[in-house]
Amino acid sequence: MPLEKSRLLAAYRRMKTIREFEERLHVEIATGEIPGFTHLYAGQEAVAVGVCTDLTDQDYIVSTHRGHGHCIAKGCDIDGMMKEIYGRRAGLCKGKGGSMHIADFDKGMLGANAIVGGGPPLAVGAAIACKLRRGAGAQGHVSVAFGGDGSCNQGTVFEAMNLAVVLAAPAIFVFENNGYSEHTGASYAVGSNDITARAAAFGMSAERVDGSDFFAVHAAMRRALERARAGGGPGAIEAMTTRFYGHFEGDPQRYRAKDEVARHRATMDCLVRFRASVAQDGSLSGEELDAIDREVLEEIDAAVTAARAAPLPPESDLTTDVYISY
Amino acid sequence: MPQLSMRDAINQALHQEMERDPRVIVLGEDVSGGAGGSSGEREASGGIFGVTKGLLPRFGAERVIDTPISESAIVGAAAGAALAGLRPVAELMFADFVGVCMDQIYNQVAKFRYMFGGKSRCPVVIRMAMGAGMGMGAQHSQSIYALLTAVPGLKIVVPSNARDAKGLLIQAIRDDDPVVFFEHKALYPRKCEVPEAPYTVRFGEASLVREGRDVTVVAFARMVPFAEKALDALAKEGISCDLIDPRTTSPLDEDTILESLEGTGRLVIVDESPPRCSVAADIAALAAGRGYGSLKAPVIQVTPPHTPVPFSPALERAYVPGPQRIEAAIRQVLGRGA
Repeated sequence: MPLEKSRLLAAYRRMKTIREFEERLHVEIATGEIPGFTHLYAGQEAVAVGVCTDLTDQDYIVSTHRGHGHCIAKGCDIDGMMKEIYGRRAGLCKGKGGSMHIADFDKGMLGANAIVGGGPPLAVGAAIACKLRRGAGAQGHVSVAFGGDGSCNQGTVFEAMNLAVVLAAPAIFVFENNGYSEHTGASYAVGSNDITARAAAFGMSAERVDGSDFFAVHAAMRRALERARAGGGPGAIEAMTTRFYGHFEGDPQRYRAKDEVARHRATMDCLVRFRASVAQDGSLSGEELDAIDREVLEEIDAAVTAARAAPLPPESDLTTDVYISY
Repeated sequence: MPQLSMRDAINQALHQEMERDPRVIVLGEDVSGGAGGSSGEREASGGIFGVTKGLLPRFGAERVIDTPISESAIVGAAAGAALAGLRPVAELMFADFVGVCMDQIYNQVAKFRYMFGGKSRCPVVIRMAMGAGMGMGAQHSQSIYALLTAVPGLKIVVPSNARDAKGLLIQAIRDDDPVVFFEHKALYPRKCEVPEAPYTVRFGEASLVREGRDVTVVAFARMVPFAEKALDALAKEGISCDLIDPRTTSPLDEDTILESLEGTGRLVIVDESPPRCSVAADIAALAAGRGYGSLKAPVIQVTPPHTPVPFSPALERAYVPGPQRIEAAIRQVLGRGA
């Protein structure tokens, strides 16, 4: 069943928001105003949005160090995210987390993670909670573990996949294969170079999709979701994608061919492909999408202005929130 | 004598030891980088901090091993190779990633020698970058050496400068016991004079960085240059201190600390680890025990608070003990107010 128009528009808006959020950060980071390590998601938008489009706030996701896209796709507040990345008091995590640790529990976003492979076991736990809460015969909620090709080489991820199968937990493992574990190619670091087969070997349905094609990701996710919601256990998706920037901002990317990013931008841009697809079937007009583009740019601009002007946390915040009570 | 950064000094030590001993291998994530990349450029990285640069072209991929992101396998494989006669130097990138492979470090590596009745030899070095101050957040900024200092069977190295780092790393590689080698990220670019020829710095031998009479200051890693700044300021008021850099927390040079304390009677310990069960607390206990007769004032520990490392620079500045806090602590231990 194709997505209705309002949801198509919403999906495009989220993809565009992720893109512009990251493109703007790329510019702002160069000014030196943003502290720390930032890993941009630009290029991978169709994965986050394709996966999250049919999720509700009661479904969970766990994210990675490259997590801005997952946050936006799950509905996190753009202003709050930007303030967090700028280390401001009004950030989603009060400035204590930063780019690699954005969480929004009201949105079912259980947190980004700076430990590769740290998230998938957590996602299985959330899936167990979903399973316990599912009424007999009812559609349940699910938990999604985002990870990169790098994460599929961590023992924690193996353990999480096996546990999910053992418990028939409604966990969906999404491997975003952007070709690189930091500065090393996936074709070297993933021994079989076949994450889909690896996930399938644990005993779950797994499929590989074109991660630049929103519709392909969405369709694969819908299959995994229907199965998991109905009590059919976990699934995995390997989305073949690319990142338009380095592992982190400032990465000279000497491991990549000089023209690789330009080539991928020309052929694997999920926004361009989305536009071409909806133009071809006439489901959305160019004007409608152009209007979204303009609104998104304004929204990102306002978020940066607000984040810059927002106050830093007071020193007294340093020792708060270590515990709930102590 | 040439000036080298700590990054280059460690790099030089790795080169020299790999040259000297064919059993020395290096393994870790992106230690060369570029494998499987589309540029075809091997050594596209040379380590995320550039510490292992040049090793791959010189020694080849058999001895300079890029690994997947698999910390348990990195440490375990290094340990297994050590048991089988090699002298591996494993790199964990960030010290925080010890969390992923703790079993291999503390149930495996640390216990072989004792558990196997003194029959095993596991000469592995596990290198990692630590420390706050760069806005890297709660999972990329910790100083966890206290955690591993608590484990019998491990030797723990915490250098504060390039010259010591080179000698300590060479010692670590030649040492027959497992060694965990912590490199503070903020110290990588700091330069000092470093002899070109290989040399070792013995473990359990503190460095007396400054000599004075009023207070004994013990500091580790980045806290050493911070303490020096504090001492520079206090020197203008005629306050002089012994500044001791133990360089290794296990073994710990207790005698040098106690001898200094005998002369000064006052002790300030500066430690970037969180305060509970820390190396600072360990040394304070030493002073309260064997050093009790020397003490003229309560021992002061200058540490971060009992919190994770915050992201926002506004908070991180308050988290890391800086020269001003060290200065205030020294005044306080002298009874001269905060």
